[in-house]
Amino acid sequence: MATEDAKNTPSQEQMPDKGRRDTLKTLATVPILGALAYGVYQKRKDALRGRNISDVFQVSNRQASYLEPQGDGKKIRIGLIGFGIRGKQLMRAAGFAEPSWIDKMKEANKLNKKDTRYQQYMEQDDLNIEITAVCDIFDVYGEAAVLAGSNIHREGSDGKFGPAPKRYRTYQELVAAPDVDAVIIAGPDHWHSTIAMAAARAGKHVYCEKPLSWTVPETYMVRQAIRETGVVFQLGHQGRQTDCYQKAEEIIGNGLLGPVNLIEVCTNRNSPNGAWVYDIIDGSNPNTIDWKQFEGDPERIKEYMDYMTSNKLERYIGPEERSKFSLERFFRWRCWWDYSTGLSGDLLTHEYDAVNQIMHVGIPHSATSSGGVYFFKDGRTVPDVLQTTFEWPDRDLTMLYSATLASSRNRGKVFMGHDASMEVSNILAITVDQDSTRYADKIKEGIIPTDTPFYTYVPGQDSSDSVTSPTELYFAKRGLLYTYVNGKRYDTTHLHIREWLECIRQGKTPSCNIDAAFQEAMTAHMGTRAYLEGRTMYWDKDKEEIVKGELA
Amino acid sequence: MEQGYTKAQMTWLMMLRLFIGWHFMYEGLVKIMNPKWTSLPYLLDSKGPAASFFIKLTQDDSLMTTINFLNEWALLLIGLGLTLGCLYRLSSVGGMILLAMYTLSHPSFVGASYMMPFEGSYLWIDKNLVEFAALGLMCVFPTSQIIGFDRVLGRVCPILHKLKFI
Repeated sequence: MATEDAKNTPSQEQMPDKGRRDTLKTLATVPILGALAYGVYQKRKDALRGRNISDVFQVSNRQASYLEPQGDGKKIRIGLIGFGIRGKQLMRAAGFAEPSWIDKMKEANKLNKKDTRYQQYMEQDDLNIEITAVCDIFDVYGEAAVLAGSNIHREGSDGKFGPAPKRYRTYQELVAAPDVDAVIIAGPDHWHSTIAMAAARAGKHVYCEKPLSWTVPETYMVRQAIRETGVVFQLGHQGRQTDCYQKAEEIIGNGLLGPVNLIEVCTNRNSPNGAWVYDIIDGSNPNTIDWKQFEGDPERIKEYMDYMTSNKLERYIGPEERSKFSLERFFRWRCWWDYSTGLSGDLLTHEYDAVNQIMHVGIPHSATSSGGVYFFKDGRTVPDVLQTTFEWPDRDLTMLYSATLASSRNRGKVFMGHDASMEVSNILAITVDQDSTRYADKIKEGIIPTDTPFYTYVPGQDSSDSVTSPTELYFAKRGLLYTYVNGKRYDTTHLHIREWLECIRQGKTPSCNIDAAFQEAMTAHMGTRAYLEGRTMYWDKDKEEIVKGELA
Repeated sequence: MEQGYTKAQMTWLMMLRLFIGWHFMYEGLVKIMNPKWTSLPYLLDSKGPAASFFIKLTQDDSLMTTINFLNEWALLLIGLGLTLGCLYRLSSVGGMILLAMYTLSHPSFVGASYMMPFEGSYLWIDKNLVEFAALGLMCVFPTSQIIGFDRVLGRVCPILHKLKFI
């Protein structure tokens, strides 16, 4: 190559006007840079022109805000009630994982470097709490909760543990314990309100898993107990901490979708686990499970039975005797109305609470439901397919909830407006309607497209002054950018518990307070009753009562 | 004939050089101009035998910052080198290294599927590899001492010849 290169070097004798030609040949390609600069300038101008929509579309640059912990907050002593699947998740979100879980996560990371759950858990903020008491009526869970509560250094099985929390056999003893400031309730649905009331009456702050209540009468009672005692109450809809919901609220508030008359929300799952067919845990038997307590509070059971029998709904009771020990019913209690609130209480409530957060809709005027047990014919009484339609005539609004536990087809949370529709998940996308009035001129000018989303909000990213590239969006939709870019990834459940703790410390009211919880529970009850009774249920605003419609 | 190449040969060699140079420069510029750009999702989506190496890189935040910086500026400088004919061979080899890394991270193997689909259909050979081969070709058919800064650089600094930078 060197000889070839030398051959290519022009000799001085051959080139009398060497200087000029030499310079020309040296710099011949420099104008290319000018062309590139011009091209880049044009491309940017084009991108910016496309976004000159500030006269019709204003979205602030505001990022989601959260109640930040104060440095000098006092340590809060927590009692945990219920250490099943959700109880374990809540404890992890609070910073107290089971050592065996830590082992599993470390191993998972070893096998797959992409699995960073261990790292994320270790990076999770310390919430400045102490687990002083735990309660579970199943010995295996109770002992596991003790171990998790003592895992203050977040270590695996071979680690060093702190002082063990005291294990109580009943929630009554736990809420009476003087070394408990606040309780986290993660028992089955039929226990939520009863335990929440007892805790509030004992002066303990309450974080209660959703839904708020199992029966309608207890819904009023628990609201009263929380209001009277003034304890800080948070219902476990961690969706409240979803970044996009805050942005969605702003967008609808600014009228950017035009009048919104229809909202579609969905649940799609397609696995036994998703349909509540949970594992039967080793070591479970009549000696290790306090079945009498599991049955429920006698007063609640009476409320439930009264409603069922007075409405001729006996076919939904049981079918097994309540007093008969059953591992299926203990671990898979969500499948039976005897303990459960079904799809309405378990999953519709998440969707409804999100809509209530975004649009402040309150309890709907009416609810109509249909569905059935169509796939999981395993003896359950709660439906696995459910459609519930809620109406707010004063807001000119319908919310359609549609759920199946036998198809995992992805359907979003869609707010349909006259001018645009908005789909909300981990990211938010707005697609302008081709027949929009508000954006008609911009559509005509070709500035706003109607066949693709023209505005997307990706949490953690500066949203309004830059164009999100298709690549970024592509990855963001799959959770990659959202999860890893811009610092830490936060678990919404962690943030939800943190907000509750900070409200206790700072004397504030959590986002999913008792009023939001009451609305959530009543809305779910309306949907459930509409399904069970086969008729529309109405909400009497003045009397705060569910009123039956005529039978169809 | 112009200094060993026919006019047609020279024309097509220059065309290839400028096109590849342009491509590198623009890829670099786009990334530099977007402060949020990161190679992180791309690396996380790595497949094939070297996947674990690339994924491991993503686990270190400060390393990612360095990787992003190096990638952005290497793309731009390689593009400039090719376009201007400046440190031509160094730029070509640098470009080949970058392209080899992309190929290792995202090989077009049978059965490998990626989050971000390619715009074409490839089996084993993709456009990165075609560009890789083109840069190799340009190394052995150099043009920068005919048209480019290397005309002067080579004379002023003969060591660059010895180091095979030009």
